[in-house]
Amino acid sequence: MPERASWQVIAGLTGLLVLSSLVWMFQGIGGGNRSFILTLRATKLAGLITVGASIAIATVLFQTVAANRVLTPSIMGFDALYLLLQTLLVASVGITGFAMLDPTLKFLAEIAVMVLLAGLLFGTLLGRGARDIPRTILTGVILGVLFRSISGFVSRILDPNAYAVVQSVSFASFGSINASLLLPGGLIAAGMIAAAFALSSRLDVLALGRTAAVSLGLRHRRMVLLTLALVAVLVSVSTALVGPVGFFGLLVAGLAHGAAASDRHAALLPIAGLIGALILVAGQTIFERAMSQPATLSVVVEFAGGLFFLYLLMKGRIR
Amino acid sequence: MIEIHDLHYRVGAAPILSDISLSLPEGSLTALIGPNGAGKSTLLRLMARLEPLQSGRITVEGLDLATTPTDAMARTLAIMGQQNSVASRLRVRELVGFGRWPHHQGRPRAADREAVEAAIDAFGLQPFAGRFLDELSGGQVQRAFLAMTFAQDTAWMLLDEPLNNLDVAHARALMARLAQLVQDTGRSVVAVVHEVNYAAAWADHVVAMKHGRIVAQGAAEAVLTEDLLSDLYDTPVEVSRHDGRPLVLHHHSHSRIADLSRGRLPDRARLS
Ligand SMILES: Nc1ncnc2c1ncn2[C@@H]1O[C@H](COP(=O)(O)OP(=O)(O)OP(=O)(O)O)[C@@H](O)[C@H]1O
Ligand SMILES: [Mg+2]
Repeated sequence: MPERASWQVIAGLTGLLVLSSLVWMFQGIGGGNRSFILTLRATKLAGLITVGASIAIATVLFQTVAANRVLTPSIMGFDALYLLLQTLLVASVGITGFAMLDPTLKFLAEIAVMVLLAGLLFGTLLGRGARDIPRTILTGVILGVLFRSISGFVSRILDPNAYAVVQSVSFASFGSINASLLLPGGLIAAGMIAAAFALSSRLDVLALGRTAAVSLGLRHRRMVLLTLALVAVLVSVSTALVGPVGFFGLLVAGLAHGAAASDRHAALLPIAGLIGALILVAGQTIFERAMSQPATLSVVVEFAGGLFFLYLLMKGRIR
Repeated sequence: MIEIHDLHYRVGAAPILSDISLSLPEGSLTALIGPNGAGKSTLLRLMARLEPLQSGRITVEGLDLATTPTDAMARTLAIMGQQNSVASRLRVRELVGFGRWPHHQGRPRAADREAVEAAIDAFGLQPFAGRFLDELSGGQVQRAFLAMTFAQDTAWMLLDEPLNNLDVAHARALMARLAQLVQDTGRSVVAVVHEVNYAAAWADHVVAMKHGRIVAQGAAEAVLTEDLLSDLYDTPVEVSRHDGRPLVLHHHSHSRIADLSRGRLPDRARLS
Protein backbone atom coordinates (compact mmCIF):
# COMPACT_ATOMS: atom_id res chain seq x y z
CA MET A 1 0.00 0.00 0.00
CA PRO A 2 1.35 3.42 -0.89
CA GLU A 3 2.08 5.71 2.04
CA ARG A 4 0.22 8.91 2.77
CA ALA A 5 2.38 11.36 0.84
CA SER A 6 1.96 9.18 -2.25
CA TRP A 7 -1.80 8.94 -1.79
CA GLN A 8 -1.96 12.73 -1.82
CA VAL A 9 -0.02 12.83 -5.07
CA ILE A 10 -2.29 10.16 -6.57
CA ALA A 11 -5.41 12.04 -5.50
CA GLY A 12 -4.08 15.33 -6.85
CA LEU A 13 -3.12 13.82 -10.22
CA THR A 14 -6.48 12.07 -10.50
CA GLY A 15 -8.23 15.38 -9.86
CA LEU A 16 -6.19 17.14 -12.55
CA LEU A 17 -6.80 14.33 -15.03
CA VAL A 18 -10.57 14.43 -14.45
CA LEU A 19 -10.53 18.20 -14.81
CA SER A 20 -8.61 18.22 -18.07
CA SER A 21 -10.76 15.39 -19.40
CA LEU A 22 -13.87 17.45 -18.68
CA VAL A 23 -12.40 20.48 -20.44
CA TRP A 24 -11.40 18.27 -23.37
CA MET A 25 -14.91 16.82 -23.60
CA PHE A 26 -17.09 19.87 -23.12
CA GLN A 27 -15.08 22.93 -24.09
CA GLY A 28 -16.76 24.98 -26.81
CA ILE A 29 -19.53 22.49 -27.37
CA GLY A 30 -22.93 23.62 -28.54
CA GLY A 31 -25.33 23.72 -31.40
CA GLY A 32 -25.95 20.71 -33.59
CA ASN A 33 -23.97 17.51 -33.93
CA ARG A 34 -23.47 17.43 -30.18
CA SER A 35 -23.52 13.68 -29.84
CA PHE A 36 -21.29 13.22 -32.86
CA ILE A 37 -18.67 15.57 -31.46
CA LEU A 38 -18.90 14.04 -28.01
CA THR A 39 -18.37 10.53 -29.40
CA LEU A 40 -15.41 11.73 -31.41
CA ARG A 41 -13.88 13.44 -28.40
CA ALA A 42 -14.53 10.51 -26.09
CA THR A 43 -12.80 8.15 -28.51
CA LYS A 44 -9.77 10.39 -28.68
CA LEU A 45 -9.75 10.87 -24.92
CA ALA A 46 -9.75 7.13 -24.36
CA GLY A 47 -6.88 6.81 -26.84
CA LEU A 48 -4.80 9.52 -25.17
CA ILE A 49 -5.29 8.03 -21.72
CA THR A 50 -4.48 4.52 -22.95
CA VAL A 51 -1.33 5.66 -24.73
CA GLY A 52 -0.13 7.95 -21.92
CA ALA A 53 -0.60 5.34 -19.21
CA SER A 54 0.83 2.50 -21.34
CA ILE A 55 4.04 4.32 -22.21
CA ALA A 56 4.51 5.56 -18.66
CA ILE A 57 4.05 2.16 -17.07
CA ALA A 58 6.08 0.35 -19.74
CA THR A 59 8.95 2.74 -19.06
CA VAL A 60 8.84 2.34 -15.29
CA LEU A 61 8.74 -1.47 -15.65
CA PHE A 62 11.61 -1.45 -18.10
CA GLN A 63 13.73 0.78 -15.87
CA THR A 64 13.12 -1.58 -12.97
CA VAL A 65 14.35 -4.57 -14.97
CA ALA A 66 17.34 -2.64 -16.29
CA ALA A 67 18.09 -1.11 -12.85
CA ASN A 68 18.64 2.15 -14.68
CA ARG A 69 16.89 5.50 -15.10
CA VAL A 70 18.17 6.43 -18.53
CA LEU A 71 17.04 3.40 -20.50
CA THR A 72 13.52 3.27 -21.92
CA PRO A 73 11.81 0.75 -24.19
CA SER A 74 11.98 3.16 -27.10
CA ILE A 75 15.67 3.97 -26.57
CA MET A 76 16.23 0.20 -26.60
CA GLY A 77 14.35 -0.14 -29.88
CA PHE A 78 11.07 -1.77 -28.76
CA ASP A 79 8.84 0.36 -30.97
CA ALA A 80 11.25 0.04 -33.90
CA LEU A 81 10.91 -3.72 -33.50
CA TYR A 82 7.13 -3.42 -33.60
CA LEU A 83 7.28 -1.32 -36.76
CA LEU A 84 9.64 -3.82 -38.33
CA LEU A 85 7.10 -6.56 -37.63
CA GLN A 86 4.42 -4.52 -39.36
CA THR A 87 6.65 -3.93 -42.37
CA LEU A 88 7.53 -7.59 -42.65
CA LEU A 89 3.83 -8.37 -42.45
CA VAL A 90 3.06 -5.99 -45.34
CA ALA A 91 5.94 -7.52 -47.27
CA SER A 92 4.80 -11.07 -46.74
CA VAL A 93 1.06 -10.72 -47.38
CA GLY A 94 1.23 -7.85 -49.86
CA ILE A 95 -0.62 -4.59 -49.75
CA THR A 96 -4.06 -5.93 -50.59
CA GLY A 97 -3.62 -8.72 -48.10
CA PHE A 98 -2.57 -6.21 -45.48
CA ALA A 99 -5.70 -4.17 -45.96
CA MET A 100 -7.88 -7.26 -45.96
CA LEU A 101 -6.57 -8.74 -42.71
CA ASP A 102 -8.86 -8.28 -39.75
CA PRO A 103 -7.17 -5.43 -37.85
CA THR A 104 -7.81 -6.93 -34.42
CA LEU A 105 -6.51 -10.33 -35.44
CA LYS A 106 -3.47 -8.77 -37.08
CA PHE A 107 -2.86 -6.71 -33.96
CA LEU A 108 -3.03 -9.76 -31.68
CA ALA A 109 -0.62 -11.69 -33.87
CA GLU A 110 1.82 -8.78 -33.89
CA ILE A 111 1.67 -8.55 -30.11
CA ALA A 112 2.36 -12.26 -29.74
CA VAL A 113 5.41 -12.14 -32.01
CA MET A 114 6.57 -8.97 -30.30
CA VAL A 115 6.45 -10.59 -26.84
CA LEU A 116 8.44 -13.54 -28.13
CA LEU A 117 11.12 -11.45 -29.83
CA ALA A 118 11.44 -8.94 -27.01
CA GLY A 119 11.84 -11.77 -24.51
CA LEU A 120 14.56 -13.38 -26.59
CA LEU A 121 16.43 -10.18 -27.37
CA PHE A 122 16.14 -8.18 -24.19
CA GLY A 123 15.87 -11.12 -21.84
CA THR A 124 19.41 -12.09 -22.79
CA LEU A 125 20.62 -8.52 -22.77
CA LEU A 126 19.16 -7.59 -19.40
CA GLY A 127 18.81 -10.93 -17.66
CA ARG A 128 21.30 -10.06 -14.97
CA GLY A 129 20.60 -6.36 -14.87
CA ALA A 130 22.33 -4.07 -17.29
CA ARG A 131 25.76 -4.07 -15.72
CA ASP A 132 27.54 -2.13 -18.41
CA ILE A 133 25.13 0.72 -19.00
CA PRO A 134 26.90 2.58 -21.82
CA ARG A 135 27.26 -0.68 -23.74
CA THR A 136 23.60 -1.51 -23.17
CA ILE A 137 22.48 1.90 -24.42
CA LEU A 138 24.70 1.54 -27.44
CA THR A 139 23.35 -1.92 -28.17
CA GLY A 140 19.81 -0.60 -27.93
CA VAL A 141 20.49 2.34 -30.19
CA ILE A 142 22.15 0.06 -32.73
CA LEU A 143 19.27 -2.41 -32.56
CA GLY A 144 16.82 0.46 -33.09
CA VAL A 145 18.73 1.73 -36.11
CA LEU A 146 19.02 -1.81 -37.44
CA PHE A 147 15.28 -2.44 -37.10
CA ARG A 148 14.49 0.89 -38.76
CA SER A 149 16.88 0.30 -41.65
CA ILE A 150 15.50 -3.17 -42.28
CA SER A 151 12.00 -1.66 -42.24
CA GLY A 152 13.16 1.00 -44.67
CA PHE A 153 14.92 -1.47 -46.90
CA VAL A 154 12.01 -3.89 -47.03
CA SER A 155 9.46 -1.17 -47.65
CA ARG A 156 11.56 0.35 -50.42
CA ILE A 157 11.64 -2.90 -52.36
CA LEU A 158 7.89 -3.07 -52.00
CA ASP A 159 5.91 -1.01 -54.46
CA PRO A 160 5.44 2.71 -53.73
CA ASN A 161 1.89 2.20 -52.50
CA ALA A 162 3.03 -0.26 -49.92
CA TYR A 163 5.80 2.11 -48.92
CA ALA A 164 3.18 4.75 -48.20
CA VAL A 165 1.24 2.31 -46.02
CA VAL A 166 4.37 1.62 -43.99
CA GLN A 167 5.26 5.29 -43.78
CA SER A 168 1.82 6.14 -42.46
CA VAL A 169 2.39 3.98 -39.40
CA SER A 170 5.96 5.15 -38.81
CA PHE A 171 5.39 8.48 -37.11
CA ALA A 172 3.72 9.34 -33.82
CA SER A 173 0.65 11.49 -33.93
CA PHE A 174 -1.48 12.15 -30.91
CA GLY A 175 -3.97 14.03 -33.06
CA SER A 176 -5.05 11.02 -35.08
CA ILE A 177 -5.54 7.85 -33.12
CA ASN A 178 -6.07 4.53 -34.84
CA ALA A 179 -9.69 4.11 -33.75
CA SER A 180 -10.15 0.61 -35.11
CA LEU A 181 -7.66 -0.73 -32.55
CA LEU A 182 -8.78 1.43 -29.66
CA LEU A 183 -11.12 -1.08 -28.06
CA PRO A 184 -8.87 -4.16 -28.19
CA GLY A 185 -5.80 -2.03 -27.46
CA GLY A 186 -7.43 -0.32 -24.50
CA LEU A 187 -8.63 -3.59 -23.03
CA ILE A 188 -5.26 -5.27 -23.45
CA ALA A 189 -3.44 -2.29 -21.96
CA ALA A 190 -5.83 -2.23 -18.99
CA GLY A 191 -5.15 -5.92 -18.42
CA MET A 192 -1.38 -5.43 -18.53
CA ILE A 193 -1.54 -2.44 -16.20
CA ALA A 194 -3.65 -4.44 -13.75
CA ALA A 195 -1.09 -7.25 -13.92
CA ALA A 196 1.73 -4.80 -13.23
CA PHE A 197 -0.13 -3.46 -10.17
CA ALA A 198 -0.66 -7.01 -8.91
CA LEU A 199 3.08 -7.62 -9.27
CA SER A 200 4.12 -4.40 -7.56
CA SER A 201 5.56 -6.05 -4.45
CA ARG A 202 7.59 -8.45 -6.61
CA LEU A 203 8.76 -5.55 -8.74
CA ASP A 204 10.05 -3.89 -5.57
CA VAL A 205 12.09 -7.00 -4.82
CA LEU A 206 13.31 -7.18 -8.43
CA ALA A 207 14.53 -3.59 -8.12
CA LEU A 208 16.86 -4.62 -5.27
CA GLY A 209 19.11 -6.32 -7.81
CA ARG A 210 19.64 -9.97 -8.59
CA THR A 211 21.61 -11.00 -5.49
CA ALA A 212 19.09 -9.65 -3.00
CA ALA A 213 16.12 -10.73 -5.11
CA VAL A 214 17.31 -14.34 -5.34
CA SER A 215 18.21 -14.36 -1.66
CA LEU A 216 14.64 -13.26 -0.89
CA GLY A 217 13.24 -16.09 -2.96
CA LEU A 218 12.08 -14.24 -6.08
CA ARG A 219 12.20 -16.32 -9.24
CA HIS A 220 14.40 -13.77 -10.85
CA ARG A 221 14.63 -14.98 -14.42
CA ARG A 222 10.90 -15.64 -14.66
CA MET A 223 10.13 -12.21 -13.23
CA VAL A 224 12.47 -10.48 -15.69
CA LEU A 225 10.83 -12.23 -18.65
CA LEU A 226 7.33 -11.57 -17.34
CA THR A 227 8.09 -7.88 -16.88
CA LEU A 228 9.62 -7.63 -20.35
CA ALA A 229 6.51 -9.31 -21.77
CA LEU A 230 4.30 -6.67 -20.11
CA VAL A 231 6.56 -3.96 -21.53
CA ALA A 232 6.40 -5.50 -25.02
CA VAL A 233 2.61 -5.63 -25.00
CA LEU A 234 2.21 -2.08 -23.67
CA VAL A 235 4.63 -0.68 -26.25
CA SER A 236 2.84 -2.60 -29.01
CA VAL A 237 -0.48 -1.11 -27.97
CA SER A 238 0.76 2.45 -27.84
CA THR A 239 2.73 2.14 -31.06
CA ALA A 240 -0.28 0.64 -32.83
CA LEU A 241 -2.51 3.48 -31.63
CA VAL A 242 -0.32 6.54 -32.28
CA GLY A 243 2.99 5.34 -33.69
CA PRO A 244 6.46 5.32 -32.13
CA VAL A 245 7.07 7.72 -29.24
CA GLY A 246 10.67 8.49 -28.34
CA PHE A 247 11.57 10.30 -25.15
CA PHE A 248 8.09 10.79 -23.72
CA GLY A 249 8.37 7.72 -21.48
CA LEU A 250 11.68 8.91 -20.08
CA LEU A 251 10.18 12.25 -19.15
CA VAL A 252 7.15 10.70 -17.46
CA ALA A 253 9.15 8.09 -15.54
CA GLY A 254 11.53 10.81 -14.35
CA LEU A 255 8.63 12.96 -13.15
CA ALA A 256 7.01 9.96 -11.44
CA HIS A 257 10.17 9.08 -9.54
CA GLY A 258 10.35 12.68 -8.42
CA ALA A 259 6.71 12.83 -7.34
CA ALA A 260 6.49 9.50 -5.49
CA ALA A 261 7.50 9.44 -1.83
CA SER A 262 9.78 6.48 -2.52
CA ASP A 263 10.37 3.97 -5.29
CA ARG A 264 7.80 1.42 -4.14
CA HIS A 265 5.89 0.29 -7.21
CA ALA A 266 2.51 0.36 -5.48
CA ALA A 267 2.83 4.16 -5.62
CA LEU A 268 5.19 4.58 -8.55
CA LEU A 269 3.02 2.76 -11.11
CA PRO A 270 -0.24 4.66 -10.53
CA ILE A 271 1.61 7.97 -10.30
CA ALA A 272 3.47 7.33 -13.55
CA GLY A 273 0.29 6.21 -15.34
CA LEU A 274 -1.59 9.29 -14.19
CA ILE A 275 1.21 11.68 -15.17
CA GLY A 276 1.48 10.08 -18.61
CA ALA A 277 -2.26 10.36 -19.23
CA LEU A 278 -2.42 13.87 -17.80
CA ILE A 279 0.37 15.24 -20.00
CA LEU A 280 -1.26 13.89 -23.15
CA VAL A 281 -4.83 14.94 -22.30
CA ALA A 282 -3.93 18.39 -20.97
CA GLY A 283 -1.33 18.94 -23.69
CA GLN A 284 -3.62 17.91 -26.52
CA THR A 285 -6.42 20.08 -25.09
CA ILE A 286 -4.13 23.11 -25.05
CA PHE A 287 -2.58 22.56 -28.47
CA GLU A 288 -5.73 21.50 -30.28
CA ARG A 289 -8.23 23.87 -28.70
CA ALA A 290 -6.31 26.93 -27.57
CA MET A 291 -3.71 26.98 -30.33
CA SER A 292 -5.43 25.04 -33.11
CA GLN A 293 -2.31 22.95 -33.63
CA PRO A 294 -3.45 19.35 -33.14
CA ALA A 295 -0.17 17.87 -34.46
CA THR A 296 2.24 19.85 -32.28
CA LEU A 297 2.02 17.99 -28.97
CA SER A 298 4.25 15.09 -29.99
CA VAL A 299 6.99 17.48 -31.09
CA VAL A 300 6.88 19.42 -27.83
CA VAL A 301 6.73 16.31 -25.66
CA GLU A 302 9.60 14.72 -27.55
CA PHE A 303 11.64 17.89 -27.26
CA ALA A 304 11.09 18.08 -23.51
CA GLY A 305 11.89 14.37 -23.15
CA GLY A 306 15.03 14.75 -25.23
CA LEU A 307 16.19 17.63 -23.06
CA PHE A 308 15.53 15.51 -19.98
CA PHE A 309 17.60 12.69 -21.50
CA LEU A 310 20.50 15.09 -22.05
CA TYR A 311 20.09 16.39 -18.51
CA LEU A 312 20.29 12.86 -17.08
CA LEU A 313 23.36 12.07 -19.16
CA MET A 314 25.14 15.29 -18.27
CA LYS A 315 24.35 15.02 -14.59
CA GLY A 316 25.90 11.57 -14.77
CA ARG A 317 22.72 10.13 -13.27
CA ILE A 318 23.15 6.95 -15.22
CA ARG A 319 22.19 4.87 -12.23
CA MET B 1 24.21 -28.56 7.96
CA ILE B 2 25.45 -27.51 4.55
CA GLU B 3 27.02 -30.31 2.58
CA ILE B 4 28.96 -29.80 -0.60
CA HIS B 5 30.01 -32.81 -2.64
CA ASP B 6 32.60 -32.73 -5.36
CA LEU B 7 31.84 -29.27 -6.61
CA HIS B 8 33.58 -27.94 -9.72
CA TYR B 9 32.88 -24.63 -11.36
CA ARG B 10 34.38 -23.06 -14.42
CA VAL B 11 33.85 -19.94 -16.52
CA GLY B 12 34.60 -20.81 -20.13
CA ALA B 13 37.69 -22.96 -19.93
CA ALA B 14 39.01 -21.39 -16.74
CA PRO B 15 38.48 -23.44 -13.59
CA ILE B 16 37.26 -21.16 -10.81
CA LEU B 17 36.49 -23.82 -8.20
CA SER B 18 37.95 -27.33 -8.20
CA ASP B 19 37.15 -30.38 -6.21
CA ILE B 20 35.32 -28.75 -3.34
CA SER B 21 33.84 -31.06 -0.73
CA LEU B 22 32.85 -29.51 2.53
CA SER B 23 30.46 -29.98 5.36
CA LEU B 24 29.64 -27.01 7.51
CA PRO B 25 28.25 -27.88 10.92
CA GLU B 26 25.08 -26.33 12.26
CA GLY B 27 25.28 -23.83 15.04
CA SER B 28 28.69 -22.57 14.04
CA LEU B 29 30.28 -19.37 12.91
CA THR B 30 32.47 -20.25 9.96
CA ALA B 31 35.04 -17.83 8.62
CA LEU B 32 35.98 -18.24 4.97
CA ILE B 33 39.45 -16.83 4.36
CA GLY B 34 41.83 -16.67 1.44
CA PRO B 35 43.52 -14.22 -0.91
CA ASN B 36 41.74 -12.10 -3.53
CA GLY B 37 40.48 -14.24 -6.37
CA ALA B 38 40.60 -17.46 -4.35
CA GLY B 39 36.96 -18.20 -5.18
CA LYS B 40 35.33 -17.31 -1.85
CA SER B 41 32.54 -15.22 -3.35
CA THR B 42 31.94 -17.77 -6.08
CA LEU B 43 31.57 -20.55 -3.53
CA LEU B 44 29.14 -18.49 -1.46
CA ARG B 45 27.13 -17.55 -4.56
CA LEU B 46 26.91 -21.19 -5.59
CA MET B 47 25.67 -22.09 -2.12
CA ALA B 48 23.03 -19.38 -2.48
CA ARG B 49 21.88 -20.58 -5.96
CA LEU B 50 23.11 -17.33 -7.53
CA GLU B 51 25.28 -19.23 -9.98
CA PRO B 52 24.20 -22.36 -11.82
CA LEU B 53 25.45 -25.64 -10.41
CA GLN B 54 27.67 -27.20 -13.10
CA SER B 55 28.65 -30.38 -11.33
CA GLY B 56 28.49 -31.69 -7.81
CA ARG B 57 25.79 -31.39 -5.22
CA ILE B 58 24.92 -28.91 -2.50
CA THR B 59 22.39 -29.54 0.25
CA VAL B 60 21.29 -27.09 2.92
CA GLU B 61 19.51 -28.63 5.92
CA GLY B 62 18.86 -31.65 3.73
CA LEU B 63 17.30 -29.54 0.96
CA ASP B 64 18.93 -30.17 -2.39
CA LEU B 65 19.74 -26.86 -4.01
CA ALA B 66 19.07 -28.20 -7.48
CA THR B 67 15.48 -29.24 -6.74
CA THR B 68 14.23 -27.05 -3.90
CA PRO B 69 11.95 -24.17 -4.94
CA THR B 70 13.68 -20.86 -4.48
CA ASP B 71 11.01 -19.39 -2.21
CA ALA B 72 11.32 -22.29 0.22
CA MET B 73 15.08 -21.88 0.14
CA ALA B 74 14.70 -18.20 1.03
CA ARG B 75 13.26 -19.16 4.41
CA THR B 76 16.30 -21.35 5.13
CA LEU B 77 19.24 -19.46 3.72
CA ALA B 78 20.04 -15.79 3.15
CA ILE B 79 23.01 -14.23 1.43
CA MET B 80 24.46 -10.76 1.58
CA GLY B 81 26.65 -9.94 -1.41
CA GLN B 82 30.10 -8.39 -1.46
CA GLN B 83 28.87 -5.24 -3.17
CA ASN B 84 25.66 -3.73 -1.92
CA SER B 85 23.77 -0.95 -3.62
CA VAL B 86 20.26 -0.42 -4.85
CA ALA B 87 19.24 1.54 -7.92
CA SER B 88 15.88 2.56 -6.48
CA ARG B 89 15.27 5.27 -3.93
CA LEU B 90 14.35 3.54 -0.67
CA ARG B 91 14.36 4.40 2.99
CA VAL B 92 16.38 2.29 5.41
CA ARG B 93 13.22 0.94 7.04
CA GLU B 94 11.85 -0.09 3.64
CA LEU B 95 15.06 -1.90 2.74
CA VAL B 96 15.22 -3.78 6.04
CA GLY B 97 11.53 -4.59 5.57
CA PHE B 98 12.32 -6.56 2.41
CA GLY B 99 14.12 -9.06 4.63
CA ARG B 100 10.67 -10.22 5.74
CA TRP B 101 9.43 -10.69 2.17
CA PRO B 102 10.01 -14.48 2.04
CA HIS B 103 7.71 -14.76 5.06
CA HIS B 104 4.83 -12.56 3.90
CA GLN B 105 5.17 -12.08 0.10
CA GLY B 106 4.11 -8.44 0.23
CA ARG B 107 1.58 -8.47 3.07
CA PRO B 108 3.52 -7.71 6.26
CA ARG B 109 1.94 -8.62 9.59
CA ALA B 110 2.61 -7.17 13.04
CA ALA B 111 5.25 -9.83 13.74
CA ASP B 112 7.08 -8.82 10.56
CA ARG B 113 7.10 -5.18 11.55
CA GLU B 114 8.47 -6.10 14.98
CA ALA B 115 11.25 -8.16 13.40
CA VAL B 116 12.16 -5.19 11.20
CA GLU B 117 12.34 -2.80 14.14
CA ALA B 118 14.43 -5.32 16.08
CA ALA B 119 16.91 -5.58 13.20
CA ILE B 120 17.04 -1.79 12.88
CA ASP B 121 17.81 -1.53 16.60
CA ALA B 122 20.38 -4.29 16.50
CA PHE B 123 22.47 -2.41 13.94
CA GLY B 124 22.09 1.01 15.51
CA LEU B 125 20.07 2.25 12.55
CA GLN B 126 17.29 3.89 14.54
CA PRO B 127 18.58 7.44 13.85
CA PHE B 128 18.63 6.76 10.10
CA ALA B 129 15.59 4.53 9.74
CA GLY B 130 13.56 7.20 7.94
CA ARG B 131 16.40 8.31 5.67
CA PHE B 132 17.00 7.35 2.09
CA LEU B 133 19.89 4.98 1.40
CA ASP B 134 21.63 7.47 -0.85
CA GLU B 135 21.83 9.85 2.10
CA LEU B 136 23.91 7.45 4.20
CA SER B 137 27.63 6.79 4.57
CA GLY B 138 29.20 3.60 3.23
CA GLY B 139 29.26 1.89 6.61
CA GLN B 140 25.68 2.89 7.37
CA VAL B 141 24.55 1.41 4.05
CA GLN B 142 26.45 -1.79 4.89
CA ARG B 143 24.67 -1.98 8.25
CA ALA B 144 21.31 -1.47 6.55
CA PHE B 145 21.97 -4.44 4.27
CA LEU B 146 23.15 -6.52 7.23
CA ALA B 147 19.94 -5.62 9.05
CA MET B 148 17.91 -6.74 6.03
CA THR B 149 19.73 -10.08 6.00
CA PHE B 150 19.19 -10.50 9.74
CA ALA B 151 15.50 -9.68 9.40
CA GLN B 152 15.17 -12.57 6.97
CA ASP B 153 15.65 -14.77 10.04
CA THR B 154 17.03 -17.87 8.32
CA ALA B 155 18.83 -20.91 9.73
CA TRP B 156 21.82 -20.04 7.53
CA MET B 157 23.33 -16.66 6.75
CA LEU B 158 26.06 -16.30 4.13
CA LEU B 159 27.83 -12.97 4.45
CA ASP B 160 30.35 -11.92 1.81
CA GLU B 161 32.79 -9.56 3.51
CA PRO B 162 30.31 -8.21 6.07
CA LEU B 163 33.05 -6.11 7.66
CA ASN B 164 33.45 -3.95 4.54
CA ASN B 165 33.20 -0.26 5.34
CA LEU B 166 32.70 -0.84 9.06
CA ASP B 167 34.78 1.01 11.65
CA VAL B 168 36.53 -0.99 14.37
CA ALA B 169 33.71 -0.61 16.87
CA HIS B 170 31.01 -1.69 14.44
CA ALA B 171 33.16 -4.50 13.06
CA ARG B 172 33.72 -5.93 16.54
CA ALA B 173 30.08 -5.42 17.45
CA LEU B 174 29.05 -7.32 14.31
CA MET B 175 31.35 -10.27 14.97
CA ALA B 176 30.22 -10.40 18.60
CA ARG B 177 26.58 -10.27 17.49
CA LEU B 178 27.13 -13.08 15.00
CA ALA B 179 28.85 -15.22 17.64
CA GLN B 180 26.04 -14.47 20.09
CA LEU B 181 23.36 -15.33 17.55
CA VAL B 182 25.03 -18.63 16.80
CA GLN B 183 25.36 -19.46 20.48
CA ASP B 184 21.86 -18.39 21.53
CA THR B 185 19.75 -19.67 18.66
CA GLY B 186 21.81 -22.44 17.11
CA ARG B 187 21.76 -20.65 13.79
CA SER B 188 24.73 -20.82 11.45
CA VAL B 189 26.77 -18.12 9.77
CA VAL B 190 29.38 -18.31 7.04
CA ALA B 191 31.30 -15.07 6.64
CA VAL B 192 34.09 -14.14 4.26
CA VAL B 193 36.68 -12.35 6.36
CA HIS B 194 39.89 -10.69 5.22
CA GLU B 195 41.03 -9.46 8.62
CA VAL B 196 42.29 -12.77 9.97
CA ASN B 197 42.19 -11.67 13.60
CA TYR B 198 38.42 -11.30 13.48
CA ALA B 199 38.27 -14.91 12.36
CA ALA B 200 40.74 -15.86 15.09
CA ALA B 201 38.75 -14.11 17.79
CA TRP B 202 35.20 -15.13 16.92
CA ALA B 203 34.99 -18.01 14.44
CA ASP B 204 34.44 -21.59 15.58
CA HIS B 205 35.40 -22.97 12.24
CA VAL B 206 37.76 -21.64 9.58
CA VAL B 207 37.87 -22.63 5.93
CA ALA B 208 40.90 -21.45 3.95
CA MET B 209 40.78 -21.26 0.15
CA LYS B 210 43.36 -20.58 -2.52
CA HIS B 211 43.27 -20.94 -6.30
CA GLY B 212 39.74 -22.33 -6.19
CA ARG B 213 40.56 -25.12 -3.77
CA ILE B 214 40.10 -25.64 -0.08
CA VAL B 215 43.55 -25.78 1.47
CA ALA B 216 42.54 -26.22 5.09
CA GLN B 217 39.52 -26.35 7.34
CA GLY B 218 38.94 -26.92 11.01
CA ALA B 219 38.97 -25.14 14.34
CA ALA B 220 40.46 -21.65 14.31
CA GLU B 221 43.51 -22.74 16.36
CA ALA B 222 44.25 -25.56 13.96
CA VAL B 223 43.99 -23.52 10.76
CA LEU B 224 45.42 -20.17 11.74
CA THR B 225 49.04 -21.19 11.99
CA GLU B 226 52.14 -19.36 10.84
CA ASP B 227 52.99 -21.80 8.08
CA LEU B 228 49.53 -22.07 6.68
CA LEU B 229 48.79 -18.34 6.67
CA SER B 230 52.18 -17.45 5.22
CA ASP B 231 51.56 -19.92 2.41
CA LEU B 232 47.96 -18.87 1.96
CA TYR B 233 48.72 -15.19 1.48
CA ASP B 234 52.25 -15.57 0.10
CA THR B 235 53.51 -13.17 2.67
CA PRO B 236 55.26 -13.87 5.98
CA VAL B 237 53.05 -13.63 9.06
CA GLU B 238 53.65 -14.38 12.71
CA VAL B 239 51.12 -15.91 15.01
CA SER B 240 51.24 -15.46 18.74
CA ARG B 241 48.52 -16.21 21.27
CA HIS B 242 46.23 -13.91 23.14
CA ASP B 243 43.58 -15.09 25.60
CA GLY B 244 44.05 -18.60 24.29
CA ARG B 245 43.22 -17.50 20.73
CA PRO B 246 45.65 -17.10 17.85
CA LEU B 247 46.76 -13.50 17.25
CA VAL B 248 48.09 -12.87 13.78
CA LEU B 249 50.81 -10.28 13.30
CA HIS B 250 51.73 -9.19 9.84
CA HIS B 251 55.42 -9.78 9.69
CA HIS B 252 56.50 -6.50 8.24
CA SER B 253 54.59 -4.26 10.57
CA HIS B 254 55.45 -6.47 13.50
CA SER B 255 59.17 -6.20 12.97
CA ARG B 256 58.76 -2.52 12.35
CA ILE B 257 56.98 -2.13 15.65
CA ALA B 258 59.66 -4.19 17.35
CA ASP B 259 62.37 -2.11 15.75
CA LEU B 260 60.63 1.08 16.75
CA SER B 261 60.36 -0.01 20.35
CA ARG B 262 64.05 -0.89 20.35
CA GLY B 263 64.83 2.51 18.88
CA ARG B 264 66.53 0.96 15.88
CA LEU B 265 64.83 2.85 13.09
CA PRO B 266 66.40 5.96 11.60
CA ASP B 267 64.91 9.28 12.74
CA ARG B 268 63.25 9.85 9.39
CA ALA B 269 61.20 6.70 9.80
CA ARG B 270 60.33 7.44 13.37
CA LEU B 271 58.95 10.84 12.45
CA SER B 272 56.70 9.53 9.70
N1 LIG C 1 32.36 -13.83 -14.58
C1 LIG C 1 33.62 -14.24 -14.46
N2 LIG C 1 34.34 -14.54 -15.55
C2 LIG C 1 35.61 -14.96 -15.45
N3 LIG C 1 36.24 -15.09 -14.30
C3 LIG C 1 35.59 -14.80 -13.19
C4 LIG C 1 34.25 -14.36 -13.20
N4 LIG C 1 33.87 -14.13 -11.92
C5 LIG C 1 34.92 -14.42 -11.17
N5 LIG C 1 35.95 -14.82 -11.91
C6 LIG C 1 37.28 -15.23 -11.42
O1 LIG C 1 37.06 -16.23 -10.47
C7 LIG C 1 38.01 -16.15 -9.45
C8 LIG C 1 37.33 -16.19 -8.10
O2 LIG C 1 36.57 -14.99 -7.93
P1 LIG C 1 35.87 -14.67 -6.56
O3 LIG C 1 35.09 -13.43 -6.73
O4 LIG C 1 35.13 -15.88 -6.11
O5 LIG C 1 37.11 -14.41 -5.61
P2 LIG C 1 37.14 -14.00 -4.08
O6 LIG C 1 37.84 -15.07 -3.35
O7 LIG C 1 35.79 -13.64 -3.60
O8 LIG C 1 38.07 -12.70 -4.12
P3 LIG C 1 37.97 -11.31 -3.31
O9 LIG C 1 38.65 -11.53 -2.01
O10 LIG C 1 38.77 -10.38 -4.16
O11 LIG C 1 36.56 -10.94 -3.20
C9 LIG C 1 38.81 -14.88 -9.71
O12 LIG C 1 40.06 -15.23 -10.24
C10 LIG C 1 38.00 -14.13 -10.71
O13 LIG C 1 38.84 -13.41 -11.58
MG1 LIG D 1 34.87 -11.93 -3.03
